[in-house]
Amino acid sequence: MNILDRMLKSKLKWPLAFLVALLIVNTIIRTDYLKITVQGEKLFGEPINILRNSAPLMLVALGMTIVIATRGIDLSVGAIMSVSGAVALTYIDKHEDTQTLGTVFVAIGLAILVSLALGAWNGFLTSVVGIQPIVATLVLMLAGRGIALLITKGFITTVNSDPYKFMSQGYVLFLPFAFFVSVAAILVVSLVERRTALGVLTESVGINPEASRLAGVRSRGIIWGAYIASGVLSGIAGILYSSNIMAADANAAGNLIELDAILAVVLGGTSLMGGKFSIGGTVIGVFTIQTLKSSITSIGVPPAASPLFLAGVVIIVVVIQSSLIQGLFKTWSSRTSRTSADAAAEKVEVAK
Amino acid sequence: MSAVTETAPQAKKTGLGAYGTFISRHAAVVPTFAAILILLAMQIGGELYFGRFVQPRTLSALLLDNAVLMVLAVGMTFVILTGGIDLSVGAVMAFTGMVGSTMLSNGTSPLIAVPFMLAAGALVGLVIGVLIQVFDVQPFIASLVGMFAARGAAFLINLNSVKVETESVLWLQTYRIKLGDFYLTPTGILALLVVLIAFLVLQFTRFGRTVYAIGGAEQSARLMGLHVARTKILVYVISGLCGGIAGLIMTAYQGAGYPLNGVGMELDTIAAVVIGGTILTGGRGYVLGSMIGVFVFGTIKSIISFMGAEQAWMRIIVGSLLLLFIVVQRIIVARSTQRRD
Repeated sequence: MNILDRMLKSKLKWPLAFLVALLIVNTIIRTDYLKITVQGEKLFGEPINILRNSAPLMLVALGMTIVIATRGIDLSVGAIMSVSGAVALTYIDKHEDTQTLGTVFVAIGLAILVSLALGAWNGFLTSVVGIQPIVATLVLMLAGRGIALLITKGFITTVNSDPYKFMSQGYVLFLPFAFFVSVAAILVVSLVERRTALGVLTESVGINPEASRLAGVRSRGIIWGAYIASGVLSGIAGILYSSNIMAADANAAGNLIELDAILAVVLGGTSLMGGKFSIGGTVIGVFTIQTLKSSITSIGVPPAASPLFLAGVVIIVVVIQSSLIQGLFKTWSSRTSRTSADAAAEKVEVAK
Repeated sequence: MSAVTETAPQAKKTGLGAYGTFISRHAAVVPTFAAILILLAMQIGGELYFGRFVQPRTLSALLLDNAVLMVLAVGMTFVILTGGIDLSVGAVMAFTGMVGSTMLSNGTSPLIAVPFMLAAGALVGLVIGVLIQVFDVQPFIASLVGMFAARGAAFLINLNSVKVETESVLWLQTYRIKLGDFYLTPTGILALLVVLIAFLVLQFTRFGRTVYAIGGAEQSARLMGLHVARTKILVYVISGLCGGIAGLIMTAYQGAGYPLNGVGMELDTIAAVVIGGTILTGGRGYVLGSMIGVFVFGTIKSIISFMGAEQAWMRIIVGSLLLLFIVVQRIIVARSTQRRD
């Protein structure tokens, strides 16, 4: 019961409760929603689909969490995804031996390097030049897709490469390979942020940049690093995305993913004002969004109305998390727990 | 952030004499001034490079083609001046356009349909404003919700475009007032009228000054007893209303409503406002600057179509121009306020 107790007290209570409620609603509507079947050496079913399809969003959202913790925001993640996919596929396309591992590894390495450079550019603008994060990353958000279009020369580059395809469509140990990529990213990010002082330093920069600077925290390097991490993670997400459709579509890759990622972070309880962040919360947020998207069709909401549906859900969640409603909850619970004697005493006082 | 008190000593330090004093006294105007220079440079450069670029026809078309963006930029200027942001403008335009075109095609009188469109836009703005002010939701998230809701609602009305054949609405686009070789459409006049009204409201009313005060320092504005809550909700209502007007202009422009109109337009709008010299932290900027920003944006577009270049360049040029402007703004702000890290 210890774990349950801790869970109830933790901040993740609301996001988790929401995810569970969503799964329950889905199961009621479609009883085989959570059913997983084994075929050969692969698992199939809606939960497996959610695990696999959430991988790009998971990577992007993890990077976004760190950036938001420094009181920043990264709008360019979708654009970086499209550039990274374009770089990788254009490289493979130019080589004769598209099937060899070597080509694919070089392509992936190149794509990640370019994404790292783009992330460093964002970090340079925000931490060194001192431009507001939302504008600094808006520059790349606007220009990035243009760069991707130039790389692919305006076409949708398609390639035929089995090792590249494996990343999003292959299976390892019954589970999709993409799922292992997102697990690895979660592990790396949580180890680096939570098992070293980096997480605390990041939070201190986000809570009060001036005070943390005076306390000797090198805020510039930490902010810069956050954008680089976000860039690299988005780059890997872009590779996963392009591997899923085996095409570099500069316009569609990562379209609006920045909004999904920010939503996932906020649903997970990390404030956009920076400071305290929760990696577990973001993971839950990502699964919530992915489940929402899969349930929109299964519940029978017409696909056209899905943004409206999503908006409704987000309104409910943010309103519940808002300080006004939380304050009302608190006063309500303290009132009910108050003894009647207290209440009576108060009444007398009021009467006087 | 009062520019005057803080920048006065700076001018002495930099020792640039009259020029430095001018720059520091009018720090808030400089970005807008730079935008005007860039606009002129682009027009002259276009004329020298292409010939027949600065023509009455192209200049008239510049206003006609960018009337929608101009109206949206006016609403966005109000929001950004308070330090907020409104991502919903493009979706609101599509939504109100769908509402209007559906009503008009069902035979509703424009006298009923048009006010209904404006009210629908204002309503979305009101919801966003209440989420921000009452429930303390970040403007980014609240307007994102508004964007999703408006886009979804637009699709819910109809998945396809709805043709409008109401003559009075189409007249807004087809009627041309000739002034020599120049021409003006009622949509262009409507856009200029919106700019004029917004300019007067921001410069000469208590509400306008409150908008600037909130962007400068919200806490101080509250302590001064200004109506912060009311004003903050109202700027989003204004932005939604502008979305409604833009929806009307777009419907007239295309002769139809289409649920996919204005996808990504919020970014164009923000870019135009920033290029026009409004600073995204709020408190500084001009609605006339946003108008210049829209013209700069439109000129880039027409230069690219003159060159027959790929659309990819449009994004790269707008992105680089945005970068140039924010760096200029950054230098100005860094000069006038103490730099923080």
